[in-house]
Amino acid sequence: MKKINNFCWSALFKVKSHIIKRDELIWWKAWGIRVIAVFLALIVCGIVTVSLTDLNPVEMYITMIEGAIGTSRLAWNLFQNTAILLCVALAVTPAFKMKFWNIGGEGQILIGGFTTAICMIFLGGVIPDGLLIPIMFLASIISGAIWGLIPAIFKTRFNSNETLFTLMMNYVAVQIVAYYTLEWSVPKGSGTPRPLEFGQLPVLFGQKYLINILIVAVITVIVYIYLKYSKQGYEISVVGESEKTARYIGINVGKVVLRTMAISGALCGVAGFLLVAGTDHSLKSDTSGGRGFTAIMVSWLAKFDPIFMILTSLLIVFLQKGASKISEVYRLNSSFSDIITGIIIFFIIGCEFFINYKIKFNKKEANV
Amino acid sequence: MKKIFSLLLVVVMLVASLGVLTACDDKQTTADFKIGFIFLHDENSTYDKNFLEAAESATAELGLKPEQVIFKTNVPEGNECYEAAADLADQGCNIVFANSFGHEPYMLKAAKEFPEVEFCHATGTTAHTEKVANFHNAFASIYEGRYLAGIAAGMKLNEMIESGKITADKAKMGYVGAFTYAEVVSGYTSFYLGAKSVCPSVTMEVQFTGSWYDEALEKEAATKLLSNNCVLISQHADSMGAPTACENAGVPNVSYNGSTLSACPNTFIVSSRIDWSPYFKYIINAALNDEEIAADWCEGFEVGSVKLTDINENVAAKGTKEAIEAAKAKLISGELKVFDTDTFTVDGKKLDSYIADVDTDAAYEKDTEVISDGYFHESEKRSAPYFDLNIDGITLLNSAF
Repeated sequence: MKKINNFCWSALFKVKSHIIKRDELIWWKAWGIRVIAVFLALIVCGIVTVSLTDLNPVEMYITMIEGAIGTSRLAWNLFQNTAILLCVALAVTPAFKMKFWNIGGEGQILIGGFTTAICMIFLGGVIPDGLLIPIMFLASIISGAIWGLIPAIFKTRFNSNETLFTLMMNYVAVQIVAYYTLEWSVPKGSGTPRPLEFGQLPVLFGQKYLINILIVAVITVIVYIYLKYSKQGYEISVVGESEKTARYIGINVGKVVLRTMAISGALCGVAGFLLVAGTDHSLKSDTSGGRGFTAIMVSWLAKFDPIFMILTSLLIVFLQKGASKISEVYRLNSSFSDIITGIIIFFIIGCEFFINYKIKFNKKEANV
Repeated sequence: MKKIFSLLLVVVMLVASLGVLTACDDKQTTADFKIGFIFLHDENSTYDKNFLEAAESATAELGLKPEQVIFKTNVPEGNECYEAAADLADQGCNIVFANSFGHEPYMLKAAKEFPEVEFCHATGTTAHTEKVANFHNAFASIYEGRYLAGIAAGMKLNEMIESGKITADKAKMGYVGAFTYAEVVSGYTSFYLGAKSVCPSVTMEVQFTGSWYDEALEKEAATKLLSNNCVLISQHADSMGAPTACENAGVPNVSYNGSTLSACPNTFIVSSRIDWSPYFKYIINAALNDEEIAADWCEGFEVGSVKLTDINENVAAKGTKEAIEAAKAKLISGELKVFDTDTFTVDGKKLDSYIADVDTDAAYEKDTEVISDGYFHESEKRSAPYFDLNIDGITLLNSAF
């Protein structure tokens, strides 16, 4: 066991204790801590609710569940939103695993959606949908990959800061889309996006979002296998752990960075494609809806594991949907539901500390 | 083991939710009346606050219980709007109302899916061409309210000229607009014509923000107009940006959507606004009595759809109230027309014909003659405004199409 930061901790807080990094916890203990965290979060939320409003917290939680899965429509809506968020989370994961801070998911989604919309507007009705949809799909992948590659090229060539670069690429994408949203808006000048009638993804078994969910399910499996079992996936983790080690064992770090960012951007592009062609059937500058950022949390919470990401993205979307139902039923300002969501996420993230470390209270003869 | 456990958890959650959804799928069949409202933002936006308050007062007045009235706030203009409308229909609403222009295509989509529910949409343009029986547009002849607010502005300019603060040729107003869109153009033009009716030398500059709600941009636009020596500001954008900039600079402001008196006590003159409660009462009564709702509904002063707030006597010029009352009486009697072609010119010429884009289409085709009997027939061919002429005396500093 490794002791860390012992001195600072006790000096600052005058607590006779220190923090110890745990060995890997047995899975049921780790999950036990997570369950306790969720319960504590619910209790704190209950206290906040009672002190700020005169609502019954239990009723409030039931309302939350109803808002997320109360009807089949809401449940499909939940799954479709989970699928899109998961898709973005899967997209940013390879880059983050490589310690390349791609916070440009937002822009990569928008550019993917933008090229999808271009195809839908200019090729829609000219060529059959059966041909149009593959072209849209391809266009979104290529454009997303290019949007991801640009900061990666600058990173590898000039060692520019990828965090700032990807962030700025978001603004560029937002402005491009905002400009064309206005340019194409119907009626003229209203800023309302043109409805895209051609190239909409087909409705499977009467469920309009099923195809989105299936596509993301396939992507999840592919990304899982890619990261876990492929040579390229291994290279990503080595570069992430230590660039020097990677170089030492003969990995071309620059090549891995470029390739991984192209994949990351391409998958974000696919998310844009699903949003424009599969869900919204229109494009505007807030189509990505902050998913490029939320997805980072989803990915980190799941420790970059694609299977766990299903859970974490479901959790985040569940909280969002449930919280907006609370605003609706109790006529509360949406800030209140944001507070509730914030508390729950705080506890869930916070509990990871107790999974990774334990606090040891010192005996009288304090060791240093 | 860990993998299996997490997979199991996912499966359990999915199965549980599917179980719940099959249990709750039954549609409500009680005769209880319900109405659902979809709002773009919440009470922090002056635009939405105006709708929220009207919805609350109208439903309370008609004796609806709180559980019969559902509000969905912060619904974006995207697929979320369709989902919100469909969810309200699932919850058994007889009427679903949405308040933002961009909600329209999604409301229409929901209307086609739920023919038994009435879908009412404010500010939209397509009900008269789509001809979907349960889809309706509504607006108010707010350009008449703007005109009256313009009179208050013109009177203030006259006061400044008389007191020697400015000369007649310096009577320049500034206007913060959202988009270069007919609703905004109609609004600022009627405001300008109102001011011009009492202060003939007035000119106006318009700065567009390219957004319906962006506090920083609106404040910036107002500040730019002030640095261009505009001596009075008005706006058609939904935040407190422009009124706040005026209060900070001590320049009079004519507001929109509601009174900004409490935040701007030293500069607020008057505000015009649409009162939506007459429309809400109209659609609720129609639905309760099984009567048809008009595809396009546009009313004004008579039913109380267009209103002016109380005048802030500390800032407004003397006699403003009387001048407004006199003009209002003439508008109601039909003696006075806001867009009288004798009162404005386009490129120096008086108009006797204009084809406007009334029927919305992607090619922006101009389709309907709107000038006859010596005036521009605003909001008569459809409820939403379509006056999009650039008249002399108004300078556009930028455009945001």
